[in-house]
Amino acid sequence: MSTDRDPGLQPERTRLAWRRTTLSGTVVAVLAAKSALQDGAGPSSVLAAALCCALWLAFLYIAHGRITGLAAAHRPRALPPPHATAAALCTVAVAVCGAFLVL
Amino acid sequence: MIEFVRNVRLWFVPGEVREEGRTPDYRFSLANERTFLAWLRTALALIGGGFAVDQFLPDLRGSWRVGLALALLASGVLCSLRAVNHWVRCERAMRRGEDLPASRFPALLGLVVAVVAVAMVVVVLVDWEG
Repeated sequence: MSTDRDPGLQPERTRLAWRRTTLSGTVVAVLAAKSALQDGAGPSSVLAAALCCALWLAFLYIAHGRITGLAAAHRPRALPPPHATAAALCTVAVAVCGAFLVL
Repeated sequence: MIEFVRNVRLWFVPGEVREEGRTPDYRFSLANERTFLAWLRTALALIGGGFAVDQFLPDLRGSWRVGLALALLASGVLCSLRAVNHWVRCERAMRRGEDLPASRFPALLGLVVAVVAVAMVVVVLVDWEG
């Protein structure tokens, strides 16, 4: 069984890449939460920050799904395009919330 | 630009990329996925930079601060959209057995980051003087 394991550990590296990306998203979500907790932050900025945290959860869900998929198969299939698009759109939506927080 | 719009269809349709050509070695697809994720992290870093400019440079004049933050956020959006597009193009090129698509985007982003960094140094120095 272990003889035909991929010596390049590609699924493991891909799993860690998803983890790193989720971690980067965490930093952004924390920064968003910080700006909503500043003095003089109105309800709209609290809403935008809450939305950022919800988007972070959505990204976590996508990453978790992919990590489970990578672990389940011996030769994992390529990432389905809608999942990649969903991950990128989460990032875009966080940036849009960020624009609300900045303005 | 027309090519980009045509590719957008591929972003949302699960099976369409798989219909073409032959499935490449799964390791190539995973490498492409990691590149996509690296670009997504770059986008997140730019977005985080936008947040940081807004929060950690309170002394910067309002219009500069908002402008710079919005520019960083916009470049993050651009970077993440381009990440999916490039990922789909690479995936398709691998299935068709073509060369991987060349791109000017990394050079462009590098230049933009360099210009923004120099601008920040100037802004901070001018602020220091005055």
